[in-house]
Amino acid sequence: MVTINGEPKAADGMTVLELLSSMQLKPERTAVMIGGEILPKSDYSTALRDGDEVDIVSFVGGG
Amino acid sequence: MKGITEAEFAQAVDSRSDKPIYSIMRSSRIGIAGLGGLGSNIAAALARSGVGHLILADFDTVELSNINRQLYTLNHIGQKKAEALPMILHEINPFCEITSLPLRVTADNCRELFADCDIIIEAFDAPEQKAMLVNTVLEQMPEKNLISGSGMAGFGNANAITTRFITEKLTLCGDGKTDVVDGVGLTASRVMVCAGHMAVRAVEIILQKGRKTS
Repeated sequence: MVTINGEPKAADGMTVLELLSSMQLKPERTAVMIGGEILPKSDYSTALRDGDEVDIVSFVGGG
Repeated sequence: MKGITEAEFAQAVDSRSDKPIYSIMRSSRIGIAGLGGLGSNIAAALARSGVGHLILADFDTVELSNINRQLYTLNHIGQKKAEALPMILHEINPFCEITSLPLRVTADNCRELFADCDIIIEAFDAPEQKAMLVNTVLEQMPEKNLISGSGMAGFGNANAITTRFITEKLTLCGDGKTDVVDGVGLTASRVMVCAGHMAVRAVEIILQKGRKTS
């Protein structure tokens, strides 16, 4: 199991890109943290592992 | 402008507080990326609170469509935001030292622009730009405090706008979801609530740190 924004989810084995796609989020609008550390965009194709704590911020427009 | 001395300004900032604020605020250095609805209002709040140094950056020019929520007045239309804003801030707090650059903040210049800042504030409009700055700062300058805003469009209840602590260094303010592309517009009041959250967090970081070290 993986924790996504505090909620458990069976996403181990999925890449971050696949996860974002399944959540209908655009990678160019997100910041993804794993275990509190930012995940560089170049690592979005790495697979999530059991126990990963993932925080996803997806930005919306306006400012 | 009246001949106000810095000592008088400091005393006014410190009035009604049992502990000195100005001396701590004066030594702080804050970077703001984007001088629109969020950035201009955050800068005004920080200048009023006695922040000593502001590093401001925006390539954009003031337009009539900005007046509904940004700090500028009709007189500023056609001026670079990076030139108009320091003039407004100087009338609020002439002791705030301002570096203001009319350029586009990118992943390549961000580190150099904000290298000396204690806190970096993301105040862009476009979600891709917001994500670019947050990713760049967290990757290249993980030691920096970073405050970002997302979700302040429309006219829904202001209580939906909150301050969330994503990591030790990243604070995210906004309702997280109301997107201006949904056609709900941007209103001064709601943008200012989000700007207020972001400025509050910046002041909190400065004063907490200042009291620990003093």
